[in-house]
Amino acid sequence: MLIARVIGELVATYKHPSHEGRKILLVQPLNLDGTNRGVAVVALDAVDAGVGDQVLVVTEGFCASTSVGRIQSPIDMAVIGFIDHIELLPGVS
Amino acid sequence: MYLGRVVGCVWSTVKNRSLEGQRLLVIQPLTPELANTGQRIVCTDCTGAGAGELIYWVRGREASYALLPNQPPTDTTVVGIVDSVHLKSAAAPEPPPPAARKPAPAASGRKPSRKG
Repeated sequence: MLIARVIGELVATYKHPSHEGRKILLVQPLNLDGTNRGVAVVALDAVDAGVGDQVLVVTEGFCASTSVGRIQSPIDMAVIGFIDHIELLPGVS
Repeated sequence: MYLGRVVGCVWSTVKNRSLEGQRLLVIQPLTPELANTGQRIVCTDCTGAGAGELIYWVRGREASYALLPNQPPTDTTVVGIVDSVHLKSAAAPEPPPPAARKPAPAASGRKPSRKG
């Protein structure tokens, strides 16, 4: 799973039927210090997240499609939770 | 899933039988700002996307689920045509905790902006 921030949304009218009725979010993966980690990716929304939220993103197909409730569908990333707080051991950054 | 743009197509006459009839597109992955990133890849397509269109694509085993009941040997498939991208700044700093926040100036006359 990745820590990420929702930075935007996509609008797509023509898409695979399994993506209907779910928000398509642009999420930017983050390092623990809050800096960007790689390029932003597209994930379906399973928890009604919005722009600016810090979220948990799964990047594997089975997890993503079951969390959205659509098994055997072409979904490989989904937002599955909000992050309220991250606590690290002393010395870990 | 990732953003991309259709930049070409691939013709293949001899290929796996379950790939017959499938279009093979050349996709340039993009950043949310629509700048090129990474190397171009070949994707199967379940949307009928055309040249130059903005799309999003899925990678991995799930790519073949887009083409059920066939499950062709593909690891990347175009699954949607993007109409528009609504982007807020990726580098938006975290708002300071409430204790550190300065009181809003009374004489400014501006309403505080709503988050989101």
